[in-house]
Amino acid sequence: MEPQEEKPIIYTMENKPIVTCGGDQALFTSLYTPLAQQLPREPMEWRRTYGRAPKMIHLEANFVQFKEELLPKEGNKALLTFPFLHIYWTDCCDTEAYKGSVKEDMTRWQNSLRGHGSVDWVIVVVETNDAKKKNKTNILPRSSIVDKIRNDFCNKQSDRCVVLSDPLKDSSRSQESWSSFLLKLRTLLLMSFTKNLGRFEDDMRTLREKRTQPGWSFCEYFMVQEELAFVFEMLQQFEDALVQYDELDALFTQYVLNFGAGDGANWLGSFCAPVQNWSGLMLRRPIDMEKRDSIQRGEASLLDLRSYLFSRQCTLLIFLQRPWEVTQRALELLHNCVQELHLLEVSVLEGALDCWVFLSCLEVLHRIEGCCDPAQLAANCSHTVGLWAYATDKLKCLGELCGLVSEKGPTSEDLNRTVDLLAGLGDERPETINSLLSPYKKLKEALSSVVAFERHYLELSHAAMEMYKEINRLRSARLVGKSLAEFYMRKGEPERAEVFLQEALKSYVSEGWSLPVTHTRKNIAACQKLLGRTEDYLQTCALLAGDANLTDEERKNFCQEILSFASKSTDKSAQKVTLSMTAFAQLTRLEFRPSTASVHSGAVLQVELSLRCLMPVAVRIQQLSASIHFSLEQAGTHGRSKGPPRQTNPGTVHFAQPHSSGNAVPASATTPSLELDEIQDRSPSDNSLNSTGIVCKNTHLVMRRHDSGLSPDTANSVSPPSVAVDDGAQMLKVQDVTLEPGNNAVVFTAPSGDPGTYTLRQLCATVGQVQFVLPHIYPLIQYEVYSQEPQLTVEPLSEPLLAGLPQSVRFTLLTGHYAVKKGDALQLSNSDAMPLLPSAACKASILSPTNECVGESSLSIQSSEKVTSISLPPTPPYHTLEFHLEVLCVIPPGPDRPPNERLTNGEVRHRPRSYSHPDTPMTAIDQRMSIDCPWSIYSTLLPLTFYIPFKTKHSLLSAGNRKYIQVCVQNVSDASFQLAELSLSEKQEASLELQSLNTKAQQLVCSKQSVFCLWEVRWKTDLPSCLQCVFSASFSPLGQPASSFKPFLYQFQLERVTTLYSVRAEILPATGEQQCRSGTLCGLEVCITRLTEPAEGELAEEGKTDSDGLRTTKLMYEVADSSSNWAVCGKSSGMVSMPVAANATHRAHIEVMPLFAGHLPFPKIKVFKYLPHTATQAIQPDPDSCVENDTLSLLDKNLDDPQGDTASLRSRGSVHSLGSGEQQRGLPMPRLEPFGPGQVFNHSHAQQVLVLPATDDHIMEVNAT
Amino acid sequence: MAVCIAVIAKENYPLYIRSVPTQNELKFHYTVHTSLDVVEEKISAAGKAMADQRELYLGLLYPTEDYKVYGYVTNSKVKFVIVVDSSNTSLRDNEIRSMFRKLHNSFTDVMCNPFYNPGDPVQSKVFEGMVSGMMVQVS
Repeated sequence: MEPQEEKPIIYTMENKPIVTCGGDQALFTSLYTPLAQQLPREPMEWRRTYGRAPKMIHLEANFVQFKEELLPKEGNKALLTFPFLHIYWTDCCDTEAYKGSVKEDMTRWQNSLRGHGSVDWVIVVVETNDAKKKNKTNILPRSSIVDKIRNDFCNKQSDRCVVLSDPLKDSSRSQESWSSFLLKLRTLLLMSFTKNLGRFEDDMRTLREKRTQPGWSFCEYFMVQEELAFVFEMLQQFEDALVQYDELDALFTQYVLNFGAGDGANWLGSFCAPVQNWSGLMLRRPIDMEKRDSIQRGEASLLDLRSYLFSRQCTLLIFLQRPWEVTQRALELLHNCVQELHLLEVSVLEGALDCWVFLSCLEVLHRIEGCCDPAQLAANCSHTVGLWAYATDKLKCLGELCGLVSEKGPTSEDLNRTVDLLAGLGDERPETINSLLSPYKKLKEALSSVVAFERHYLELSHAAMEMYKEINRLRSARLVGKSLAEFYMRKGEPERAEVFLQEALKSYVSEGWSLPVTHTRKNIAACQKLLGRTEDYLQTCALLAGDANLTDEERKNFCQEILSFASKSTDKSAQKVTLSMTAFAQLTRLEFRPSTASVHSGAVLQVELSLRCLMPVAVRIQQLSASIHFSLEQAGTHGRSKGPPRQTNPGTVHFAQPHSSGNAVPASATTPSLELDEIQDRSPSDNSLNSTGIVCKNTHLVMRRHDSGLSPDTANSVSPPSVAVDDGAQMLKVQDVTLEPGNNAVVFTAPSGDPGTYTLRQLCATVGQVQFVLPHIYPLIQYEVYSQEPQLTVEPLSEPLLAGLPQSVRFTLLTGHYAVKKGDALQLSNSDAMPLLPSAACKASILSPTNECVGESSLSIQSSEKVTSISLPPTPPYHTLEFHLEVLCVIPPGPDRPPNERLTNGEVRHRPRSYSHPDTPMTAIDQRMSIDCPWSIYSTLLPLTFYIPFKTKHSLLSAGNRKYIQVCVQNVSDASFQLAELSLSEKQEASLELQSLNTKAQQLVCSKQSVFCLWEVRWKTDLPSCLQCVFSASFSPLGQPASSFKPFLYQFQLERVTTLYSVRAEILPATGEQQCRSGTLCGLEVCITRLTEPAEGELAEEGKTDSDGLRTTKLMYEVADSSSNWAVCGKSSGMVSMPVAANATHRAHIEVMPLFAGHLPFPKIKVFKYLPHTATQAIQPDPDSCVENDTLSLLDKNLDDPQGDTASLRSRGSVHSLGSGEQQRGLPMPRLEPFGPGQVFNHSHAQQVLVLPATDDHIMEVNAT
Repeated sequence: MAVCIAVIAKENYPLYIRSVPTQNELKFHYTVHTSLDVVEEKISAAGKAMADQRELYLGLLYPTEDYKVYGYVTNSKVKFVIVVDSSNTSLRDNEIRSMFRKLHNSFTDVMCNPFYNPGDPVQSKVFEGMVSGMMVQVS
């Protein structure tokens, strides 16, 4: 390759750093090829100034012949043409030749370098063996030439002279020499770069700092910095090159912004010139020299500068393999340029910028397409789609501007404008002139005709939409679609527009964007009107008429559309148009009157509907109807308490408010709220918490797929409701209603003929030819019509009912479907225990179903022996008849028998009439009324519960032989009573006299208080052992007149009344003592005396005939001190054989010791009947009884030895030692039986004896209680 | 300052949207709605990266010729969108961020109001006032 002589063409970008070669040109030419090949082979590390990171760099060089003109003049800023290194080649090995010519040439070379201040040089001495051989004669050590050169030229810079040995030979020596030479060369080149670029950068910075000075020009500076960028690009440092352009970009941007802020620079004036050319970006050339020249000349417009800058950035970015950054920057650039032109107030022909942007977008896309494969493009369409959409947008603007979108085609004015716009494009660039799809051609074609425009526009739109869909930007895709729809509408092709509009609307509705919904819906309305889709159009109109986002005027217009259609043709045969009601009016509330929503058949049931009319004007409705589904009542639902289910406020149903279309909330947001309940799982054994959680009760609603049910709001074109409106079925109907905007109340009268359940299904409003239908009413609305059987109830007027006193009870008769006729009567079977009390005036009142009194009449009551007949006044069906009667429940005399009393057959006697009630202390009595009603052949049994206000107790008291009877009457009710005429009588014994010890006056018994009465029993001959007594009194509630006293009887029986024995005890101090002392033994003398001879029967029962014929009764006494005042020493009990004779006495002496000083009560003496075992009473002895029971073992012993002295104390051990053990085993046990309460009279009961403290007590015990 | 500020619920319906000038309201609605595409894209991209320490500020969603649209998403997926006029070049990224932070704080206050039902349109006067402060003042 020949070294280049001419100035390099810089825009080829095949530039390499220039290295000049001086000296032996032929030598250099021979070495050029290996040199050019080997120089870039190995990278060098380039250490940079200003802390920039070091880089590995492959060096290349453009070797040119040295010429003086190549050396830069002072002040020349060009870097590309700057020679970075100068090499002097020589193969001189002859001292003479060196001295003769070479040295001189070298000196000249160096002088010229020095003259231009260049210090980057190197001298290469090439040594060849051939040369040596050639010049054999005057051979000098070869080093001497090199040394000489070093001496002469490289003072102190010996490295500036390099030896290259045998460069053309393939020897190791040659290789070594080459590599060291190349290393030297690279090092020197880099040194030169660093130094020269550093100097350049410093100069550049200095220039930049001067930018505030008046004469500063951005274009000049631009050229300087771009020079640096070129050098970096030349060195393959694209990143650094890009930085230079970015800095320029930022600097320029800042100036524009400052200009906008009022801080203008003079040089910006040139950029503010009106835009003449809008030919778009040019990215196909690495450098657009035309633009560069115009910048250099300071004639560039803003668009030119921006275009040039971007084309350079684009080139570098593509070198850097970052095409997607190009698209992103392109979009920014285009937006920015538009803004900047606006900011700088540059005058631009209308549409010119659109052309520029459109061309630029396509140019960028083409450039990117040119450097990427299709797969890569498809994968990165998120980066390009913005440009596509922008281009589409701009083309649409241009189309509208040039009249290409209208139906009629462009006007002449439009055509003129088109011509102007096309003029600004200039001629097509030579490099795209052969391309069929160049942006230039596209734009020109699109603007040329309506058809071509449409083709190009659709192509772009669909491309953009497809890409948006590809990357899942559906909203953006729909927006493009919407704009496409607008285009179609302008073109008068509504059928193609509708699809896009519907799709967009669906998305806005589902996401709840009300304003776009309204706007899109308006477009749809226009579209549907053009298409003549009446039903859909009317439906859309209805939605728009109720849209709060529109002005009243607009809404009225849409409403009028519907109304005028409705009143247009009254052709009966024409099918009515059915529309969804949701857009027209909303059902907000439904109220039943009566609120139970349950009436008897034939009654009036009103239903009030609250409708919120969404129309802007009042609408007259010919008929508003609600269809009803009737189903027969299930059996067993006769009760009237059954109201409509799941309603907190009975009779009123509030409907969930579907948000009006103007304020739409997406379907996802209107899902039912969660109904959550807490659940706790407790262990059944100890009630501890095992787990707790939350359950959702309405999962079936919440989890429902949202897309499965289209809400009527979403489906704009509501299909005609599948449920046909059938007029034959039962309906709630109102004719001629006017619905005002806002809330309206409409009252229906519901049919209530047949009993059953009526379900409201549909609501339908008819306006002329238009029907608004609400296909389903949800929640389910039902009302019930029932037929009821007559019902009679009796309940107390006041709680509780008291037995023994006249009490009022209320009779309530619900007539149901039965009409009470004149002469109908209730027949009450009389009962002795609860007679009806006749009263003079008994009024019955008749109540309507709504509990209003509609009549009153007196009852006539006839009583016969068995039946009381109450004649009822005539009462209409489903009314209530109410009257009060007085009844009296007789208190049963006698104490309550023990409940376990058995009948002969062993069953527990059924005693339903009297029992103790758990809620009250009073004894309850259940009574039943048996009533025959005229409407039924069966008797009605009605229970009533009465309570006895008193509780009576009796007791027998004795004083020696004298007897007293005490009766206690306790008032257990809540009322207070007067008691009078208290008396006690004996049924059997006439001779008996009961003498009252009570006051004669009336007694007041307050609630929960008791009255005690006492009688002394006197008898003449014998006291009977059994007394049948009757206590009687009269009582009346406090404050009642004397006539209201009612009798109260109490029967009781007393047995074993007679006193049989008297017991006397005496305590004697120890002998020689006056008083008892604590701690000393005293004697307890017990004297048991028989007072009466036992009667025959008694004797047979308990008497015992001894072997010697003397009749005795065996008694047992026992001394027991429960309060531990006494210590019983020795035996504490004993057997007494009491002769059967009056006044027979038995004395016993027992040793006792007082444990304390003071007045001590006597120890208790108990007397029992002793019943020895008999053959019939064979009771198996308890084997342990001798151990367990002291007393009995003693008795056993006594039994064995009746003669034995019972007073002598024997130890239990001695009893056993007698060997009576084996006898015991076979013997049945004797029994002890206590005496009745009056049979033993204890004289010393509660008697006390004085006990002195022990004299020698040195411990004083004081009990303070 | 902003020309449009929108708060968008997790389900992508607007909780609050206000713009100046009002005659362009519809355009802003469309712009904000469309920006949700990019918001979702960015959320899903960020979600893949790190779910826990996600940056709430989404940055510039997309520029248009006239406006710049910025996004921000709370942890509960409520989105804030601020639209700024492109000619307004004085606004830096940091200022946008602080606007979003203010918006978020104020919205948190709204949510803390026991009478506010989450999911309802925001009607708080305080919030309104705060938004007004961030909007371009039109005379």
